[in-house]
Amino acid sequence: MSASGPRLQPTIFERSKPGRGGGLVPHPPSDALDRIPTEQRRERPAGLPELNEAEVVRHYVNLSQLNHAIDVGFYPLGSCTMKWNPKVNEWAARLPGFANLHPLAPDVTTQGTLQLLWELEQILLEVTGMRAVTLQPAAGAHGELTGILMIRAYHEARGDTARTEVLVPDSAHGTNPATATMAGLHTVSLPHEDDGGVAVEAFRRALGPQTAAIMITNPSTLGIFESRIGELLEAVHEAGALAYMDGANLNAILGRFRPGDAGFDVMHINTHKTFSTPHGGGGPGAGPVAVNERLEPYLPAPRILRDPDGAFRLERPGERPTSIGRMRAFVGSTGVLLRAYAYLRTHGGSGLAEVTDDAVLAANYLKHRLAESGAFDIPFEGVCKHEFIASASSIKKRTGIRTLDIAKRLLDHGFHAPTVYFPLTVDEAMLIEPTETESVETLDAFADALVAIAEEADRDPDVIRSAPHTAPVRRLDEAAAARNPNLRWRPAAGDWTPCPD
Amino acid sequence: MVPSDLRYTKDHEWVRLDGDTATVGVTQYAADQLGDIVFVDQPDVGRTVEQYATFGVVESVKAVSDLYAPISGEVAEVNGELAAKPELVNSDPFGAGWMIKVKVADPSQLDDLLDAAAYERLVAEG
Repeated sequence: MSASGPRLQPTIFERSKPGRGGGLVPHPPSDALDRIPTEQRRERPAGLPELNEAEVVRHYVNLSQLNHAIDVGFYPLGSCTMKWNPKVNEWAARLPGFANLHPLAPDVTTQGTLQLLWELEQILLEVTGMRAVTLQPAAGAHGELTGILMIRAYHEARGDTARTEVLVPDSAHGTNPATATMAGLHTVSLPHEDDGGVAVEAFRRALGPQTAAIMITNPSTLGIFESRIGELLEAVHEAGALAYMDGANLNAILGRFRPGDAGFDVMHINTHKTFSTPHGGGGPGAGPVAVNERLEPYLPAPRILRDPDGAFRLERPGERPTSIGRMRAFVGSTGVLLRAYAYLRTHGGSGLAEVTDDAVLAANYLKHRLAESGAFDIPFEGVCKHEFIASASSIKKRTGIRTLDIAKRLLDHGFHAPTVYFPLTVDEAMLIEPTETESVETLDAFADALVAIAEEADRDPDVIRSAPHTAPVRRLDEAAAARNPNLRWRPAAGDWTPCPD
Repeated sequence: MVPSDLRYTKDHEWVRLDGDTATVGVTQYAADQLGDIVFVDQPDVGRTVEQYATFGVVESVKAVSDLYAPISGEVAEVNGELAAKPELVNSDPFGAGWMIKVKVADPSQLDDLLDAAAYERLVAEG
C-alpha cells in the first residue's frame, strides 16, 4: 500500500514547514542547557515537525476517522469482546486524584488508589470463587505466563521437578501453547470431540506424572462451555497436576459459573474485555490472575495489603520469600483496573449476571438467524455461549469466494469483520461475538448484511473479491506487507530531514 | 494429483529419497490451506531432526504452523531461497519450494509414511 488514497494524508513530518510552529511553545531559556554535559547534548536540534495548531489537530482528527472503532459501529470480533465501553469509566479514570498520581509516591499519599485496587481484588475474588489475586499482569497472555510460572514454582517447591508438560486443547487460545513454551515447559495438544469439548480419551492418555498443568479456555474459542469440566479437573488433580483456566471468555459465565468452585487452581481475567476498556491494536490491557490456596504463596510481589489499623500498603521487598517475584513495574495497568472497578460497581452482582445472559442471548440469536438463512455453515449446532462459529466453506466450494473476501465486503456495509480463520480447526472460519451491548436492530442488520453478501457471491463475486470499495484504502496486499514490512517512515533521499536517524 | 514418487505425512509434508539424502517440503494442499506464505523458519544445517517432531515453522497471512519431519536425520542443506521468496512454497511446493535436505539415518522409516494414493484419500476425506 502506498499512502496516497484520497482520504489519506502525508505524515506529520512531510507536512512540516520550517518556522511554522505558531510560536506557542516557548523556546527554552538560554541557560537551560548549562548543566547538561556537552557530550550529552545533541549536535543538531531535535527534528520535531513544525505546523500550526489547526493543522496538527485536523491531521490527527482526520487520521482517527480512518479507523473502524466501537464508537463508530458494530465490532463482532470473536474472542476479543469488543463491547461498548461506558464513558463513565473514562470519567473515573481521568479523575485527577487517580490520573496524576506519581507511580513512586509513598503509600501514605496513595491510600485512595490502593484502597480501590484492594477492593477490586475482593470483587474479582467474588466473581471467580478464588482465594487471592494479583493485579500486576499487563494483559491476558502476561497473566497466563504469571499463572504457569506459579504452577512451576508450586511443583518445584514440592520437589516434583519432572513435570514438564502442559496439556492444551486445540480449541484453546493460541497464546496458551506460547505461554507454556515461555515458561520452559512443553505443550501437548489435545483434540476435540464432535461436540467441541475436549476429547476425553486422548486427554487421559496424555495425562501422567510428567503433566504440570492443563490450560483450558472455558468457554472455548468454539463458543462452547466445556460440559465435562468436572471429570477433567478431577483427573488432573488425581494425577498431581494443576488446572489453569484461560478466562478470556469470562463474559459468558459471570454470575453463573465460578471457576474456583469448579476446582480450577488459577485463572486470568482480561479486565479490558470483560469489564470494558477501549482495547485493540495491542493494548492497553490488564490481566489479573486469581489463584486458590495452593498457589497463594507464589503470587507476584508486591501484593496490596491492608494492615490491622485499616491502612493500605504495598508488600515490602523480601517480605514473602515464596513469591515468584515482580511481573510488572508498579502495581499494574492502573488506568485499566480503574475502568474495571467503575464497570463492576456500576453493574453490581445482578447486573453482571444480566451482562452474561444478554451476551449469550445475542450470540444465540445471531447464530439462529444465520443458521435459518442457510447461507453459511454452522459447524457446531445447539446452544452456544457468548460467541459462535460460522463458516464460508460451502460458499467457497460453490463460488470461490473466501471468508477473507466476505470479511472485506462487510466493511462496505459499515461493520467490522468477525475474527476470521480462527480457530484453525474449522475451515473458512468466522468467529462471531456480538456482545451484550448491541440492540436487536444492530444484530438484524449484521445478519442481513452477511446473508446479502452470501447471495452476492453467486450473483456478482467480483464485487466481493475486490472489496472493500468504501474504505479509505482498498484491498491491501497482506502477504507483501508481512514479507516486506515497512514499519517506519523515512524521508526521501535528499529531502530535508526533520527527524534524523 | 500429487507426485507418485513421494511419500507423505498426515500433516501434509512430503519427502523424496535420493540415495541417503531426503528432500522435504509441504504439499500443494498444505500451501493452499495456509494461504500466502510469508515466512519459513528453517533449522540450522547440522541439526538433527526426529521423525514426526517439529523441524521448523511456516507462517502465512492466516496462521503459524509447525513443520513435522517425515524422517530422522541430520540437516544437510536448507533452501536459502525461501528467506527472500517464501512465496515459492505456494507457487511450486513440490519443486522450488522445497524446505530442507536431510542425511537419512534409517531409510526404512519411509515405510511408515503414506504413499501418493493414501495421501490423496486423506485429502479427499478432508
